[in-house]
Amino acid sequence: MAVTDTRSFEALTLGLGGEIFAIDANSVHEILDVVPQTEVPGAPPLVGRLINVRGKVVPLADLRIRFGMDCTPPTIDTRIVVVEILLDDEPTVVGLLADKVHEVTSIAGASIEDTPDIGMRWNPDLIKGIGKRGDDFIVIPDIVRIFTTH
Amino acid sequence: MTGADPSQIFREEAAELLAALETALLHLEQRPADREPLDTAFRALHTIKGSGSMFGFEAAASFTHHLESAFDRMRKGELAATPAMIGIALAAKDHIRVLIDDPAGADAAAGAGILARLAEQSDGAAMSASLRQDLDDADGRASWRVRFRLAPDALERGTNPLLLLDELRELGDAGVVALTGDIPPLEELEPTLCHVAWEVILTTTHPRSTIEDVFIFVIDETELTIEPVPVPVPEREAEQGPVMTADLPAPAPVPREPAAPKAEAGPEKAKAQPAANSIRVPAERLDDLMDQVGELVIAHARLKQLVSDSVDLQIKSVTEEIERLSNGLRDITMGIRMVPVESLFGRFRRLVRDLSQELGKDVALTMSGEETELDKTMIERLNDPLVHIIRNSLDHGLEPAADRVAAGKPPQGRIHLSARHAGTRVLMTIRDDGRGLDRDRIRAKAEEQELIPPGAKLSDAELFQLIFHPGFSTARALTSVSGRGIGMDVVKRTIDGLRGTIEVSSTPGGGTEITLGLPLTLAIIDGLLVRVGQGRYVIPLFAVEECVELPPDVERRHAGRNFLNIRGALVPFLRLRDSFGVRHPPDLYQKIVIISSGDRRVGLVVDQVLGDHQTVIKSMSKLHADVASFSGATILGDGSVALILDIAQIVAAGQVQDQRREAS
Repeated sequence: MAVTDTRSFEALTLGLGGEIFAIDANSVHEILDVVPQTEVPGAPPLVGRLINVRGKVVPLADLRIRFGMDCTPPTIDTRIVVVEILLDDEPTVVGLLADKVHEVTSIAGASIEDTPDIGMRWNPDLIKGIGKRGDDFIVIPDIVRIFTTH
Repeated sequence: MTGADPSQIFREEAAELLAALETALLHLEQRPADREPLDTAFRALHTIKGSGSMFGFEAAASFTHHLESAFDRMRKGELAATPAMIGIALAAKDHIRVLIDDPAGADAAAGAGILARLAEQSDGAAMSASLRQDLDDADGRASWRVRFRLAPDALERGTNPLLLLDELRELGDAGVVALTGDIPPLEELEPTLCHVAWEVILTTTHPRSTIEDVFIFVIDETELTIEPVPVPVPEREAEQGPVMTADLPAPAPVPREPAAPKAEAGPEKAKAQPAANSIRVPAERLDDLMDQVGELVIAHARLKQLVSDSVDLQIKSVTEEIERLSNGLRDITMGIRMVPVESLFGRFRRLVRDLSQELGKDVALTMSGEETELDKTMIERLNDPLVHIIRNSLDHGLEPAADRVAAGKPPQGRIHLSARHAGTRVLMTIRDDGRGLDRDRIRAKAEEQELIPPGAKLSDAELFQLIFHPGFSTARALTSVSGRGIGMDVVKRTIDGLRGTIEVSSTPGGGTEITLGLPLTLAIIDGLLVRVGQGRYVIPLFAVEECVELPPDVERRHAGRNFLNIRGALVPFLRLRDSFGVRHPPDLYQKIVIISSGDRRVGLVVDQVLGDHQTVIKSMSKLHADVASFSGATILGDGSVALILDIAQIVAAGQVQDQRREAS
């Protein structure tokens, strides 16, 4: 069952496979243009590459893989959003590939709805909820779960 | 270090002193006539006592005092450093450690027992004058005339004569007279110097040594005379003394004003210097420094790459200058972290001594190459594995004396620890002359635990590697020392974690030798940069034996055998492009890098050998914890990331291939 976070939060919205995703703006370290990437043979496809972020070796995650989206080649709008998440209580820095970064916006808790159990293309466990902004739906992914469940 | 808890600093210092004391005691046990360990032990005890009482570790200080007195008598030749005495001293040393680490938890009875044995051993009258005084608490009041003159610059160095006087007054009834005869006329007076001397008539139950202890930190620079006064001096006599007493308010003979240090102070300054030549720095700061230097090395590599296309000579020369500086900085930083392995080896003297007594075996521990230097972190992490190896040698390796004599060996067993440099590695060897590893028993046990198929053909090296398997022990009976099958796998895991290697060799009846190959540092390694497809990888240079071209005839028979004839030896090879699933078409002339781990060799087929690379090791995140082929990553000159191959894993993969060939 997906967990609903009823509090409002500052979110960074980004485009991913034609959808709009929102991630907690407080977890974002920086947003980078596409940098050279190194493939890690034998690694899970989700984190199949590494990048250099200011001298640190950071895994680059392509969330589209977990959501079954087409992995289109990078465009002029493609960005890497560097976030810090807690994995097993250990702060871990991860780069997230985004087709496009939109804006930082406040998502009101009231507008967040439970993930519908049916009518979803994606595994509902990976989503915290669906927010609404104007006429658009915004997907709030559960970043930690995306990395801890396979 | 500002703001650090002083008693914590004392604890750290005491731990080092106690370690030095233990080493000295064990030396002394071997060579009782030697003067140097005796002096070392005495100095260590003296400092522990002095700083102990200063930082409020009174119990430890007074306990240490008795031991110190005994050693003082040994130094004067009044007592002999008998084995029994050393035994007591070692027990006492352990007790001092408890008194310092956990004063509340110390067993007072045990301490008293040690003191009683100490008194018994030293049995003479003189030493125990003070001891008996303490034990009987006799009221042996005596009067002393204490006269002292501090070095002229004592105040500049922070010595406060008032504190010394106060300390003397705490010992008993004291009358203080200031000796002002040396104060120059006002116009010649140098206000920052100390011109006053003091005479104190002290009536106390404390022995002379306690009075001397008051001056322990200034003794080198102070003229001090302590003479007994035959008849207790009436206290009034002191009060009749001229001029002033320390009772008067603000008697400070000279105001403390900042002034230019006088040139005359030179010699004394120089004398005080050795103590200031080393400083204590928390290990984390060194780690931070190493991180920064690592970043600098990477940034420089990038700069160098950018500049290589430039024609601007000035920029090129600046880049070369930066290269020189950053290499120097790297070497110095790595050097700061290096400590001689002696500090590690020294700990095992006590271990061997205690274990050999417990097991009733006579064992001599010898060492060589103690001066070899290794990264401090590495030294700390090597302690446990070496303890396990040495315990195993003592317990399983070395036979009881009777068996040794029957086998034509000297009754005393030998364990030899050695360390030496081999290229960018340090080889550490633990050798015993015991019965050697029992191949049949290891094989039987491994077959029983189904680690190997029955009748499998294994080389000695492969067979011996089995002893590092978790839960593997051939000891028939458990002893308190070893035999539970935990230990050797811990050794293996720790050494793997340090990017080290383990080799075992053994001759039946002749002994066992375990050699640990270790990198000098955990942070930077020399690597060979290779290209496979479009990816670049670093192979640790210590593992690289040679690079050869992939012969075209081998290349054509791609599907068939993956073996290479290297000067008559058959070496299996792996095509990294297959292992890594590279789709990019292979280069026309592929190279093979031959790497070795233990006595196994494996060839790695790569597209191109790019050259050597100073590799700053970056660990991979948790998300890549299950990727086995790589031990870490590094950042190349162009800012991109390259992966570092895990040699042990790759060689193991090569072996699997080897076994498949044998099976087919």
